[in-house]
Amino acid sequence: MDLKDKLISSFMAFENKVDVEHPVHDIRSEAIKNFEEKGFPSKKEEAWKYTSLRSLQKVDFSIFPKESNTLEYKEIKKYFLHEIDTYKIVFVDGIYSSFLSETTHDGVDICLMSAALTKPMYKQVIDMYFNKVASKEESLTTLNTAFSREGAFIYIPKNKMPRKPVEILHFSTGNEASIMLQPRNLIVAEENAELQVIERHQSLTSNEVLTNCVTEIFAAERAIVDYYKIQNDAKTASLIDNTYIDQKSNSVVKVHTFSFGGKLTRNNLNFYQNGEYIDSTMKGVTILGYKQHVDHHTLVHHIEPNCESHQDYKGIYGENSTGVFNGKIIVDKIAQKTNAFQQNNNILISDKATINTKPQLEIFADDVKCSHGCTIGQLDEEALFYLQSRGIPKKEARALLMYAFANNVLESVRITELKTRINKLIAEKLGVRLGFDL
Amino acid sequence: MLKINNLHAGIEGNEILKGINLEVKAGEVHAIMGPNGSGKSTLAAVIAGKEEYEVSEGSVVLEGENLEDASPEERAHKGIFLSFQYPVEIPGVSVTNFMKTAINETRKAKGLEDMPANEMLKMIREKSELLDIDRKFLSRSLNEGFSGGEKKRNEIFQLAMLEPKLAILDETDSGLDIDALRIVANGVNKLKSKDNAVIVITHYQRLLDYIIPDFVHVLHEGKIVKSGTKELAHELEDKGYDWIKQETAV
Ligand SMILES: Nc1ncnc2c1ncn2[C@@H]1O[C@H](COP(=O)(O)OP(=O)(O)OP(=O)(O)O)[C@@H](O)[C@H]1O
Ligand SMILES: [Mg+2]
Repeated sequence: MDLKDKLISSFMAFENKVDVEHPVHDIRSEAIKNFEEKGFPSKKEEAWKYTSLRSLQKVDFSIFPKESNTLEYKEIKKYFLHEIDTYKIVFVDGIYSSFLSETTHDGVDICLMSAALTKPMYKQVIDMYFNKVASKEESLTTLNTAFSREGAFIYIPKNKMPRKPVEILHFSTGNEASIMLQPRNLIVAEENAELQVIERHQSLTSNEVLTNCVTEIFAAERAIVDYYKIQNDAKTASLIDNTYIDQKSNSVVKVHTFSFGGKLTRNNLNFYQNGEYIDSTMKGVTILGYKQHVDHHTLVHHIEPNCESHQDYKGIYGENSTGVFNGKIIVDKIAQKTNAFQQNNNILISDKATINTKPQLEIFADDVKCSHGCTIGQLDEEALFYLQSRGIPKKEARALLMYAFANNVLESVRITELKTRINKLIAEKLGVRLGFDL
Repeated sequence: MLKINNLHAGIEGNEILKGINLEVKAGEVHAIMGPNGSGKSTLAAVIAGKEEYEVSEGSVVLEGENLEDASPEERAHKGIFLSFQYPVEIPGVSVTNFMKTAINETRKAKGLEDMPANEMLKMIREKSELLDIDRKFLSRSLNEGFSGGEKKRNEIFQLAMLEPKLAILDETDSGLDIDALRIVANGVNKLKSKDNAVIVITHYQRLLDYIIPDFVHVLHEGKIVKSGTKELAHELEDKGYDWIKQETAV
């Protein structure tokens, strides 16, 4: 049985586990119909031209893990940003671990999707936001919607800000030969609220994992949301990340994506600007080796006037790795005075590595500032000579230059300890012995 | 210390240096002057080991050792330092971190441990004071957005930190204001000893009033066409290069 059939037949088993009378279940039923119709995207579709899911579909993934696997904190401590205090929403093989988590209801709600989807007190929020910005057409998103039951739920009311950043961590233990996970996150920052989130998917063994994750983020007027995705997973873990962001006037949302690992990673990052004076920022650092593959598909839809979007993606591709950057910017006719910037710079450090980079601009307004650029290059020879002439060996000089190339994307990271972590990860990935502490 | 014998070098079959002979002894200061495009920077880069240039004939010998197969970093480890005519901007690496990396890599090549952090800090403080460099400056990205003069001063700061045997200053004076020129030249003079040597490439007599050369050479079309003492620099300042070009043509 291929994965699609298995998923569809699993849906019935899934219905035994959830409240089918709940209004959300109508949404799930609609969603599974859409997935059944469309199935997994194939390379024939333009948006999936460079990313094939075929081999993943042949894997016999478990759809529902056997209940409760436990992990010792000290085994996995390094995956937490343990240098600082954080709220933590932790899942082990898709199941919430209260032992590893630290949630709160103190003025803000930082808790579980399963609670939000069942408890009456959250009904209003769920009615208002659940599945409101996620696509009802895109097949993998609807697949996630059909199975939506668990994930992170964060609700920050007007003028509030949690005392500390929130970490969302998904571990897979490898207790199953192969597992498919479908976390569903809903994040709402009401008017003038502020929030910082760090998300990470981590497989702890070399068993195969496929995660198809959907995150909906709503930023109301003047809300500020910083979202950091750390993708440094095992070489047998694949991730399809679908993030949908709805922004209202004067809100600022920044998403940083650090892609250093995994087998196949597909990032679908979608911003919808439903208001004026909105700032949407997407930054990414991708450093790959082996046969790793990362595909960044971004979309910014400028729907109203006077908004900005900034995209800055840097990639370093070694060995047989492959990368894709496809940045789509839509500027509606009424969205005058839009400023849209997009930059994608890449360095190939192996003859066998490839990158496909493409801007896709659909601009219907006439008074807009829109710039885009992509480069694929090697390292600057003069800069290499400069470093070498100061006694830095060629290998280290190359690493240092690549480090410098990637590192300036981090300027906008507002959690110092996270910035240091990422800096170290970059240095480690590039094998650079920096003659200094970060 | 440095002996250059009949050096021919070029790029992509184009010969730029056409038989250079030069000997620099420990404790000496040599000035190299010459018209634009005569090959001064190329000579400096070839001494520093830039791989882009092909050496077709002749040799560069440092303290009896032929540098033919030495990489730029190995030459740096042996004590060659080049102050660039056009220092390269390296965003994302601070001046301090760059210096730490350079010093510790050089130590590593010599089989030494990393320099202890407090010693490094002390050295950075001393040398930045010597060159009147603001400490804030040192946390900025290397050369990024530095003014022309700041870049040059930063080159000499690196020279002070690395304490080379042979320093080659390629137009370090260009871009410096009068005060900065004096500070930089004083810095170089303080670092000068009977055990090291300096090659100063310049277009102007002005720098040589501060860093007084033992010898002045004129490079023209890839050859040293005239050598003399510091008076030669004055003569060039007054008369330009035409008379030398005519002399060589004859
Ligand atoms: N990488 C290169 N590729 C092509 N030509 C080069 C290269 N480097 C030097 N040349 C050529 O070699 C000649 C000498 O250049 P060089 O930079 O050494 O001159 P210079 O004496 O330092 O001049 P200036 O006083 O203007 O600094 C010039 O004609 C220059 O164009
Ligand atoms: Mg020059």
